[in-house]
Amino acid sequence: MQQARGRWIPWAGFLLLAAAAPLAHAFGDPYFVSLLTRGVILALAAIGLDLILGYGAMVSFGHAAFVGAGAYSVGILAYHAREGTGVFDGALGIGGTQAALFAWPAAIVLAALLAAAIGALSLRTRGLYFIMITLAFGQMVYYLFTSLERYGGDDGLILWERSRLPGIDSGDNTTFFYVCLALLVLVFVLLRIAVDAPFGRVLRGAAENERRMRALGFPVYRYRLVAFVIAGAVAGLAGALLANQDTFVSPDLLHWRHSGEMLVMVILGGIGTLFGPILGAIALTLLEEFLAGWTQHWMIFLGPVLVLVVLFARHGLHGWLTGRGRTNAS
Amino acid sequence: MPMRNSAPCRSRTADADPDAAAARPQGRHRHLMLLFLEQLLNGVQLGIMLFLLASGLTLVFGIMGLINLAHGSLYMLGAFVCASAVAASGSFTLGVLAAIAAAGAAGMVIESAILRHLYRRGHLDQVLATFGLILFFNEAVRIVWGPRPLFVDVPAALGGTVEIVADAPYPVYRLAIIGTGLAIAVGLWWLVQRTRLGMLIRAGAADREMLSALGVDSRRLYAGVFALGALLAGLAGALAGPLFAVEVGMGENILILTFVVIVIGGIGSVRGALAGSLLVGIVDTLGRAYLPTILRLVAEPATADGVGAALASMLIYLVMAAVLVWRPSGLFPGHAAS
Repeated sequence: MQQARGRWIPWAGFLLLAAAAPLAHAFGDPYFVSLLTRGVILALAAIGLDLILGYGAMVSFGHAAFVGAGAYSVGILAYHAREGTGVFDGALGIGGTQAALFAWPAAIVLAALLAAAIGALSLRTRGLYFIMITLAFGQMVYYLFTSLERYGGDDGLILWERSRLPGIDSGDNTTFFYVCLALLVLVFVLLRIAVDAPFGRVLRGAAENERRMRALGFPVYRYRLVAFVIAGAVAGLAGALLANQDTFVSPDLLHWRHSGEMLVMVILGGIGTLFGPILGAIALTLLEEFLAGWTQHWMIFLGPVLVLVVLFARHGLHGWLTGRGRTNAS
Repeated sequence: MPMRNSAPCRSRTADADPDAAAARPQGRHRHLMLLFLEQLLNGVQLGIMLFLLASGLTLVFGIMGLINLAHGSLYMLGAFVCASAVAASGSFTLGVLAAIAAAGAAGMVIESAILRHLYRRGHLDQVLATFGLILFFNEAVRIVWGPRPLFVDVPAALGGTVEIVADAPYPVYRLAIIGTGLAIAVGLWWLVQRTRLGMLIRAGAADREMLSALGVDSRRLYAGVFALGALLAGLAGALAGPLFAVEVGMGENILILTFVVIVIGGIGSVRGALAGSLLVGIVDTLGRAYLPTILRLVAEPATADGVGAALASMLIYLVMAAVLVWRPSGLFPGHAAS
C-alpha cells in the first residue's frame, strides 16, 4: 500500500523522464534517447511482473516468453504485410499488417492467451515448483520460436519499419520514446488502480496467508490467474514496443536470461511498489550500458552486484528514495 | 541448443547399408528394431547425465529449501577443467579427478560465502543471488578459456564400439557413462538408506526444523550435502566433455532440463530424480528421432519435418505439464516442497 507521502515521487520521475529526451538532444547525445526508450519499455514489462511478484508473491521465472510472444506478434504480422500473404492459410486467414492499432492489441491478446495457458498449469503449484515450472515453460516457448523456420528460426526476423500510428510519426526516435512513455504512465495508473482495488487486496491477502483468504471464501486460484494474465498482457505490450524499438525480433528475446533480468529490475527498484521496478529497469539498462562501455566482460561485475543487492539492499532504490524501505512483500 | 546427441550415433547404423537391409523385408524389420534399441540406449545415457545433476540438486532443494541456479555453472566448470586437464596431461582419468575437485571446491566456496546466508531467505532472493552467480561464472570462464568451445576426445581405453546384440554396435564410452551413473545411483541409495548421514538427510527432507531442534549440526550437514551435489555436477561435466561441445552456457540448458526432471520426479526424492531423469532422457531422445517420421504418416514430408522438430523440442515440457495435471507434486513426492 502506497502511503500518501510518497505519491508525488512517481510523477516527479515521469516528468524527469519526459525532460530527459530534449536534454539528450541539447547535449548532442541522441543515442541516449534510444537507450531510455529501451529502459522505459523494460520498465513496462517490469511493473507487470511486479503485480504478480510483489503483490501476489508468485516468483515467475518465465516472463521473457510473454515479451517474446508480443514481439513476435508484431514481427510476424509485419512480415506478412510485406509478403502480402495471410498469417494462416484458408478460411480463417488473417492478413499481415503494419498498423499499430491492430498489431499491438494482437500482441497483447496473444501474450495474454499464452499467460492463461501457462498460468493455469503453473498456478497449481507453489514455491520452488512454481519457479522451476515457469522457467521450464518459458524455455519451451523459446524452443517453439527457434523452430519457426519461416520466421527466421534462430536468426530472427527483421522489421523493415515501425508499426504505423495514425497521426504520429513513430519512425522518429524521440516521438516513439514519448509513445512508450505515455503507455508506461497509462499502464502504471491502471495497475495502481488495480492494486488499490479489492482485487489487489485479495492478491496481497493470499500472498500473506492463503488459507485465510480461502476460508473467507475467495477463489484464490482465479485471482492469481487473472493477475498472471494481466502481467502477461502487459509484457506482450512491452514486447510489441521492443520489436518496434529494435526493428528486429529473435528468439534471444525469449531467453531465460531476460526473465532473470526482469526479476532483478523489480528487486533492484523495490518489490511491491510498482514505481520501484521502473527505477530498477532504467537503472539496470543504464548500468549495463555503462559497464559494457567500460569492459566487454561487464557481467563479471554485474553478477556480484546482484549478489550484494540481494544480501544487503533489500528494499531497493525505491526504499532508499522514500527513506522508509518498508515495502509490501518481504 | 542442448542434447542434440542422438544424430551422430544414429547415422552410423542407419546409413550402414540401407539397400541391403531394404532388400530383405525381415532384415529391414530387424534393422529398425536395432535402430530403436540404439536410440533407447542414447535416451538412457542422456537420462543418466541428467541424474548426476538432478540427484544433487534435488537433495539441496529438499533439505535446505534452496533453489540453486548455479548448479549448472558447477557442471560447466567441471567440463572446462576436465578439458584443460586432459589437454595438459593426456589422461582422461586425471581430467575427471581435476573436474570433480574443482567443482567441489567451487561449490564449497559459494556455499560458505553466499548460499549459507540464503537458506532462511525467500526463494526470490535465492533465485536472484544464484542468477548473479551464473553471470559471474559464465563471464569468468569466458575470460579464462576464451569464447570458443573446446572439444575433448573420447579416452582411448573407452574408444570404439561393442556389439550388445549381434550387428548392433554401440559406443563403449556411452555404455561406460550408463554404468558409472547406475553405480552412483546404487551408491546414493546406499548412502541415503543405509548410513547415519543418510538418515539425517532423510530426516532433513522430511522436517528441517525438527532436525535442528534435535541438535543436529545442520550447518555441517548442509555443507556436506551441497558439496556432494557439487562433486556430482563436476563429474557430470567431465563426462559430458567427449559428447558435447564444452562451451559457456552449456550449464543453463542442462539445468533447465534438470528442473523438468525434478518437477516430474518430486523435490527431495533421489528415486524420483532417477525415474524423472530416465523418463526425460528417453522421451527427449526418442521424440527427436521419431516424431518427424511419425508425423510423415499424416502430413506432407516438409510440414512433418518442421512440425515434428518443433514438437520434439517441446515434448518433455508437455510431459511435464501432463505430470503436473495428474500429480502436482511429482511422481515421488518428497516432503519439503515449499
